[in-house]
Amino acid sequence: MELKGWPRFAVFTLAWTVALFLLLPGLVAIPVAFNDSRFIALPTTGLSLRHFETLFSSGGWLASIGDSLGIALASTAIAVSLGTLCAVGLWRVTPWLAGLVAALLLAPMIFPPIVSALALYRAWVAIGIYDTWIGVVLAHSILAIPYVIITVTTSLSLLDGRLEQAARSLGASPLRTLVDIVLPNIRTGVATAAVFAFIVSWDEIVVTMFVSSRAVYTLPRRMWDGIRENVDPTVAAVATALIAVTAIGVLLAVMSSWRRGGAKAT
Amino acid sequence: MRQPYIGFLLPAAFLVCGLFLVPVGQLIILSFDGFAEPSLRWYAQILETGSIQRILWTTFRIVTITTLIAVLLGYAVAFAMAHMGPRQRLLLLLCVLVPFWLSVLVRALAWLILLRNNGLINEGLLATGLIGAPLPLVRNEFGVIIGMVHYLVPYAVFPIFATMQNMDGRLMMAARSVGASPLRTFIDVYLPVTLPAVFGAGLLVFVFGLGFFVTPAILGGGRVVMLSEYVSISVLQTLRWGLAAALSVVLLVATLALLWIVSKVVGVRRLLGNA
Repeated sequence: MELKGWPRFAVFTLAWTVALFLLLPGLVAIPVAFNDSRFIALPTTGLSLRHFETLFSSGGWLASIGDSLGIALASTAIAVSLGTLCAVGLWRVTPWLAGLVAALLLAPMIFPPIVSALALYRAWVAIGIYDTWIGVVLAHSILAIPYVIITVTTSLSLLDGRLEQAARSLGASPLRTLVDIVLPNIRTGVATAAVFAFIVSWDEIVVTMFVSSRAVYTLPRRMWDGIRENVDPTVAAVATALIAVTAIGVLLAVMSSWRRGGAKAT
Repeated sequence: MRQPYIGFLLPAAFLVCGLFLVPVGQLIILSFDGFAEPSLRWYAQILETGSIQRILWTTFRIVTITTLIAVLLGYAVAFAMAHMGPRQRLLLLLCVLVPFWLSVLVRALAWLILLRNNGLINEGLLATGLIGAPLPLVRNEFGVIIGMVHYLVPYAVFPIFATMQNMDGRLMMAARSVGASPLRTFIDVYLPVTLPAVFGAGLLVFVFGLGFFVTPAILGGGRVVMLSEYVSISVLQTLRWGLAAALSVVLLVATLALLWIVSKVVGVRRLLGNA
């Protein structure tokens, strides 16, 4: 639809206002991170890097970054391998079975976080993996599997099923077919799935709060405590670092999809 | 028919069913006080207790307001995106995507810094002399709604934009060629075609909002307690597991019912795929 004159001006102004409303508030953590006071406040007397110093010199914050990174890597490995295997299976089994299994396996993504948190909390206490590394990794893997299945299923839908049939008819086992034929063709999808799984685990807070307490203390958990107790400006330094990483990540992702789109057009 | 690939499904299915769906099932059983002497007393308590009713009503009210605002703003952004040049669209998309990928905790922290009594907005207004005392912007519904709208707008933008992009432009040309004004074309053609996506996006945003925990807990500051936070209080502080389980079941049933409606309207896969 053509949009001209004042309606165009009005709609574009509104849209850019909303965009700034979305973008700008997040950035406010940046000046706070560079202030020189020991409270969460905007810099009034001067700038300093003391909160970043605290972040990188305090054992607690570094340990939490370590916990989060380790847990995210481990649960990404589990979620991507099981999820990819499952997605390939869903691609090849009869539709009713695929529908049923997919519906069951998407549940962790659909259920409200607090419901998952309570259920896993009780289960983890019962089987003795509450507040352990393996417990948090398993919880995060379960939450990430739906994202992996959806992403890999999308890239499988672009793959010609006859490739798989050809391999199978030449006598390759399903596993051989997976490794030699399917995986090389969906590697971009699998890589994207890995990114999703990593972010799901890295950002997860509600379930983590319920399945761990002090032995495993992830970064979001420590941030949550820092914000709730409302005393620790180191949280603003962490937020600033996360904003920088997020912005770079989004920029790289958009640029690469832009370039791929551009290459397709030529 | 032989199904050589069935084994591929098993590891993930065992993990999710055994360690997630079974525990959720146990939570549901707990809400009925177990198998031995099943009772509906926790559900009766939900229906009878005034304080719980108030929590449910607060949750419903906040989520409804949030959804309406988020969908309205999301529609405007999607509409502008669909009518922009590629460069401007990319820039607008970046403005939506960066906060979309930003941690929910970072966003809640940012709003806390902005809206507190000695926050950026109040200090600014006080300095200019426009107000004499700080405005109550946070630890109330206003703060919770702003934080939630901020989180949910992108979830409205993407599905609505996808529909607008896939729209057949000839529809609008046809309307214009038979003499409809741009406004008429928008109201009679554009809006009805995009309405299912708006409805679907709205329901999806509503579902997300119902289950929100972090944003209301931080920006509500203990004064605006929504359903998820109340469930966690019931477990961690007042130790009423049966009540928490029953409220979880209510939340779960509401979520699944709404998603079922979404799937009837637009197809849940498309919405989830785009989000």
